[in-house]
Amino acid sequence: MAADTSTIEHHGAPGTRSAGWAKVLRVALLVLFAALVLMPMYVLVVTSLKSTVTPSGAWSLPTDLSFDGWVSAFERLAPALVRTVVMAVVSAVLATILGAMNGFVFARWQFPGAQTVFTLFLFGMFIPYQAVMIPLQSMMIDVQSVFPWFEGIVVLIAVHTIFGIPICTLIFRNYYATAVPKEILEAATVDGAGMWRIFRSVVIPVSAPAAVVTLIWQFTSAWNDFLFALFLTNRNNGPVTYALNELAGGQNPDYAQIMAGVLIASLPTLLVYIVLGKYFIGGLMSGSVK
Amino acid sequence: MQRPKNWLPGLLMVLPSIILVGIFVYYLIAQNIWTSLNVATRRVVVGGKFEERSIHEGGYRNYTELLGSADYQHALWNLLVLTVVFVVGTMIMGLLWSILLEKGVRGEGVFRSIYLFPMAVSFIAAGVVWRWLLSPAKGEGAAIGLNQLFVKLGLDGLQSSWWSADSRWNMAAMALPAIWQLSGYIMALFLAGFRGIGEDQREAARIDGASEWQVYRHVLFPQLSPIALSALIIVGHMSMKMFDLIYAIAGPNSYTASVPATLMWTQLFAQRDPVAAAVNATIILVIVAVVVVPYLWYTNRTERERG
Repeated sequence: MAADTSTIEHHGAPGTRSAGWAKVLRVALLVLFAALVLMPMYVLVVTSLKSTVTPSGAWSLPTDLSFDGWVSAFERLAPALVRTVVMAVVSAVLATILGAMNGFVFARWQFPGAQTVFTLFLFGMFIPYQAVMIPLQSMMIDVQSVFPWFEGIVVLIAVHTIFGIPICTLIFRNYYATAVPKEILEAATVDGAGMWRIFRSVVIPVSAPAAVVTLIWQFTSAWNDFLFALFLTNRNNGPVTYALNELAGGQNPDYAQIMAGVLIASLPTLLVYIVLGKYFIGGLMSGSVK
Repeated sequence: MQRPKNWLPGLLMVLPSIILVGIFVYYLIAQNIWTSLNVATRRVVVGGKFEERSIHEGGYRNYTELLGSADYQHALWNLLVLTVVFVVGTMIMGLLWSILLEKGVRGEGVFRSIYLFPMAVSFIAAGVVWRWLLSPAKGEGAAIGLNQLFVKLGLDGLQSSWWSADSRWNMAAMALPAIWQLSGYIMALFLAGFRGIGEDQREAARIDGASEWQVYRHVLFPQLSPIALSALIIVGHMSMKMFDLIYAIAGPNSYTASVPATLMWTQLFAQRDPVAAAVNATIILVIVAVVVVPYLWYTNRTERERG
């Protein structure tokens, strides 16, 4: 989409024009909405720190701080957390590499029919995954019968990489269309450089801004995925969303553990978002066609 | 066109992705449609003997059968209510927040981060806490979650059975957590849109005597309509395939909160009926495609016009 990251920062003098009361009203509304948005977070944090959770006191602050919930939730989620880190990182890197290659071709080295192929890729970004899930599941079972190691995280790496190709391709294509001027490519071609060499020595060195966006985008969507996890993995080899659903489901009465589990399972993406927030917004913008 | 010598390396570079997308998107869709058209029988015990009984006649009749079933129509109605409330809710909240923020206030970055953070949380994680918040129990002592908060604040009248309510509109409550998660995203889109419009345009309108409201109505909003359209498509198509959140809040096989995507899970695993599940999945694909294909066509065209 047309929106780019740099435009989100405000440039004018802040609020000089608005009358005093309008400004107060505006800030009051902003604070009110912020409180509403943070309310579920409050429940999570407060409950996770209680030693005993009584139904009647759920909204009050803990009387004595206890980290038992955090410890026991971490113990239960730890194996899945490790698997999810590996899965999300590897699939983000693979999808980014493929996206950069495709994006370069679609932006600057088109072959006959490239536009049609690109549109077909884009549609792949929008499809409801339910539409491929049944045959995908039986295909994965078939592959597993030949290669027993193709299960759990390995399957999810493959699936997230493949279904991440469209969005990564789009992000890189849009980026290269402005970041790699045609003139430079022409000059390099005149100098006798082939496509692969141009890609390696001219295009890759300027790719970092788009790569950050696709890495973050892919990492968070792989981390947060539940649908593929549910259909293609089980409790012994699944990612953290699967483990969290197991932890929170059923009749688990330990609310402190459950709420701490939610926070632990969300920490990596929240951390990515807090530390790399600027790029995260960039990812959202470029993903706006998604 | 250039000589093949020039473009062939480009094609080779994309080839791995073409093969992967070809197989995992288009071939699997074809296979799913093929499954949906199958004839299916089920072994049943009749008078102490096994008997093969037809459960799907095959072909288009599999579709008319599902579309005509009460369970499916209930799920479709739920999806409609969910989608309308979700889309309208996120658009209103997103636009409102962006208007509150667009002129710049102190601490804007903090507000922006707060509004946007739910987007970084998975539907499964959000579903756990919202399941508690939207607990149906009511009344002093019994109520938990939001109802309990309302009782404590003396707002007993606001208590609700939320999505568990025996009502045709219960799915409006299921849209609440979804609105909570996505409004910040829509805010970010609109905010970027506002900031992309030069200050000189507002200035010119003000000099012409336009009120603040008129500046928004006649200068700013019209320029945001392409963004509003993308936002609409993004939220709309997310709603149509929404699964995780409902699964986490209402459980895997809830009838009350069923939508086509969760019904598909029930068909596949609880009812062991892959044909019906494939029919259902194909219809979800068609519904999404009806919305998305014209949009892709439209953006493709405007992009080409822009050069």
